[in-house]
Amino acid sequence: MMKKTRSDWLVALQIGMIGGLGAIFMSLVGMVEEFSKRDIIAGVIEMGQTLILVDLLATGYLASRRVSGGKGIRKTALGALAGAVTSAMLYALVLLIPPLELRTVFYNASPTLIKILALGQAGVAAPLVMLAVGAAIGAVGSGIQQLPAGLRRAVLLALSWVSLLGLLQDLLRVTLSFIPGANFVVGWMFAARNQKGLSILGAVVVFAAITFINYRWASRGVSAGRWLGSRPAKEQQALRWGGIALGVALMILLPSVLGPYLSEVTNQVGLFILMGLGLNIVVGFAGLLDLGYVAFWAIGAYVVGVLTSSAIGPNAGQIVFGPQLSFWIALPIAVMVSVMAGLILGVPVLNMRGDYLAIVTLGFGEIIRILAGSDFLKPYIGGSQGIVEVGVGRIGTFAFDRPQTLYYMVVVACLLAAFISWRLRDARMGRAWKAIREDEDVAQAMGIHLVATKLLAFATGAAFAGLSGAIFASKIGSIYPHSFKLLVSINVLSLIIVGGMGSLPGVFVGGLILVGLPELLREFSEYRLLLYGALLVVMMLTRPEGFMPEATRRREFHEEAAPGAEPDAVSEPVAST
Amino acid sequence: MLRRALDRFTLTNLFMWLVGGSIVTLVVVGSYATLSAGRYSIRHWFDFVVFGIAQGSVYALIALGYTLVYGVLRMINFAHSEVFMSGAYIGYFFATSMNRSGFLDRNPLAALAILFVVAMLTSVIVAILLERIAYRPLRRAPRLVPLITAIGASFFLQEAFRTLFGSQSKAYPDMDALKGTWNLGGEFAIQKIQVLVIVAAAVLMLALYLFVQRTRTGKAMRSVSEDKDVSALMGIDVDKVIVTTFIVGAAAAGAAGVLYSLMFRQINAYMGFVPGIKAFTAAVLGGIGNIPGAMVGALFLGLFESLGPILFLDGLGVAAPYQLKDVIAFTMLVLILIFRPTGILGERLATAKA
Repeated sequence: MMKKTRSDWLVALQIGMIGGLGAIFMSLVGMVEEFSKRDIIAGVIEMGQTLILVDLLATGYLASRRVSGGKGIRKTALGALAGAVTSAMLYALVLLIPPLELRTVFYNASPTLIKILALGQAGVAAPLVMLAVGAAIGAVGSGIQQLPAGLRRAVLLALSWVSLLGLLQDLLRVTLSFIPGANFVVGWMFAARNQKGLSILGAVVVFAAITFINYRWASRGVSAGRWLGSRPAKEQQALRWGGIALGVALMILLPSVLGPYLSEVTNQVGLFILMGLGLNIVVGFAGLLDLGYVAFWAIGAYVVGVLTSSAIGPNAGQIVFGPQLSFWIALPIAVMVSVMAGLILGVPVLNMRGDYLAIVTLGFGEIIRILAGSDFLKPYIGGSQGIVEVGVGRIGTFAFDRPQTLYYMVVVACLLAAFISWRLRDARMGRAWKAIREDEDVAQAMGIHLVATKLLAFATGAAFAGLSGAIFASKIGSIYPHSFKLLVSINVLSLIIVGGMGSLPGVFVGGLILVGLPELLREFSEYRLLLYGALLVVMMLTRPEGFMPEATRRREFHEEAAPGAEPDAVSEPVAST
Repeated sequence: MLRRALDRFTLTNLFMWLVGGSIVTLVVVGSYATLSAGRYSIRHWFDFVVFGIAQGSVYALIALGYTLVYGVLRMINFAHSEVFMSGAYIGYFFATSMNRSGFLDRNPLAALAILFVVAMLTSVIVAILLERIAYRPLRRAPRLVPLITAIGASFFLQEAFRTLFGSQSKAYPDMDALKGTWNLGGEFAIQKIQVLVIVAAAVLMLALYLFVQRTRTGKAMRSVSEDKDVSALMGIDVDKVIVTTFIVGAAAAGAAGVLYSLMFRQINAYMGFVPGIKAFTAAVLGGIGNIPGAMVGALFLGLFESLGPILFLDGLGVAAPYQLKDVIAFTMLVLILIFRPTGILGERLATAKA
């Protein structure tokens, strides 16, 4: 008994130290300082502090979760200990930065960081305040853990909503100002115009409302889907058509509501979703890990560029080949060339599996990028100076040359690609892809033609990427080789993994989260890849099937998982949000 | 017999042989054109060869890590290039501080030893953490999962180093002892730094080879790479052997990091990517999972890269052929995987089942 008691405290200490390392890491990479410029709740807490806060809450939560039974007080004490340990490590950092001149090595160990971490205190007060705050927040984290499951879910959800609303206040303010009567909400929910973030009242109300709604729903077990299922068939159909009509109307009106900047963000998200849908076929359906996916995007963009541009490179006199076709003629050609490239890449890698395929496709992507930037092909495609004045699509007098109009092209392309993916998924070809993904040899034994099936996966994926690239070229109007780095492939891959490999709604969700959020939160851009990398690892360790998994995938990943690995987890998400 | 062979010959085979054939023709025609033009003297070629060997030695050290890990885990450790980078990076901080105090030039041998130890240690720590956090929990997961983790870890490490230590490239300090050249008589000369790189890499590789072939731990490593389950039954602690493999590979990569940065004298967080892929290519070229193969493959690749652009492309009138040296390396990787996936010395693994 004695031994167990001691080990609990040791575990809490350990968790606190890991939390401390995490907090120190976040401080030294500069996230805390960079994010401190954005308020979540005006005048109360900013985003950098929120990072530390979440870290402390998590240490408290985890420390008290390690104890299976036990009294509330002991759990709370463990949480407080873990939080205090984390704070102590941060204080050690604060203490060590000036004498060791850490700034000469760690670029971000600035005086501002010290001030933020020490909560504005100096001298003897700093360690006391830091430890007290750390312990208190750790205890709160442990308190959240001790709530009954339904309420805990509701509280956690409400906390994330408050931070999300605080982060996205720019977006919300603009959007809400178009809705009559919403000005009233904006008035009290957000801080005054010249400040960022929520007002204190707004934060409290949002938190309370979301907790309450969620808790009630969860406890009653009512969900939208079940409610719809209980209606008579005719009403169901009417509701469904009504929903679709509403969705279409919203989609058509969206750009005029969003304005140019947000439309631009939406377009960017759309182009990545388009690529995601293509890579989803290659990786998600057919299980062929393609890391050179950006090559097809580049090919689509370059074909449109070369065919429509009137000026390749800065001195237009150099043009060797430039027919200056209309965008609508260049677009299908671009898609076809991408498909050809997909087939040409597909043939040599037919016999390769897994990691070999990954590295060869990666090499292919790099070859395309280097060739695009080389002097060798400069007369044809502009080399490192790229191609400017790419043509834009026009229907009559309607030109797709602004974000708000280009939006429609992106939406149509996305819907088309989603429709094709959706129909292919359950068709014979889709099932053949999945069979290959599960086991190539068995699939072949069952009579699936491996060559044709794999090549079609590559070709379809390449077609979507080519389409996306073509629209991208027309969108930015100029093409440079440095737009086509490996990073784009990784971006798309992360997107479909976060959404759930093989899942179509997952692609959309992944695109919104991974492309949309960083575009809106400019502070993130510096840490985008860092977060993606961490996200990929964490996702694979904890939730390899993604956030919106395909049904078969979920089963596949969880058939071997020990039941009850997380005893207090809610097994079925009940309420919809 | 011929009929049988013809039956197996499909359209895709034809396509691949056409591609391969045209590339070989290109190489032959290009080399002939370059050599007959005679723009480069024998001394130029000698310099290219020495540079190629030096570069190949660095690739060989990195390639060992890929090959060893592939041997025991049957997975490509995508983050190995970042193991290499981290060693070079931390080595840089020690090199600059030693340079500032003047120790670097007063005691070049001791300074080099410290650099090697520090870099190797850093790489080893990174590799242990990597194995522990990103790979070990996923031993039994579907094949794609650890691969994606590896890619994620690779990007995480790159970005972590960039954001921790600042984005700009850093200049590696110069060592007086390594400046200048040695005359080999006649018009041939060889840079001191290249001699250091080649000798150090050769010594390290020999030590590594002996370690794997002669010691008890090495024997356990070879056993695990044959069959994990049976090795466990024989009383080998498989997890420990896997960690040891990572450590050995990382130590080699750390040393490679120092040699690479001494040679090219530039450090940044993305410096691992290209040498990493090249080293992987080298490992495949020699036959992955095969230690001497990795060394042979790396030397080949180094020579190809240093001679290739001039030899193959210059004669064809390609503008600025040096920009295309990575293209040559990648094309070689693809060609090997198509026509001889076994590599020069290896067994057929590219299409082997997980």
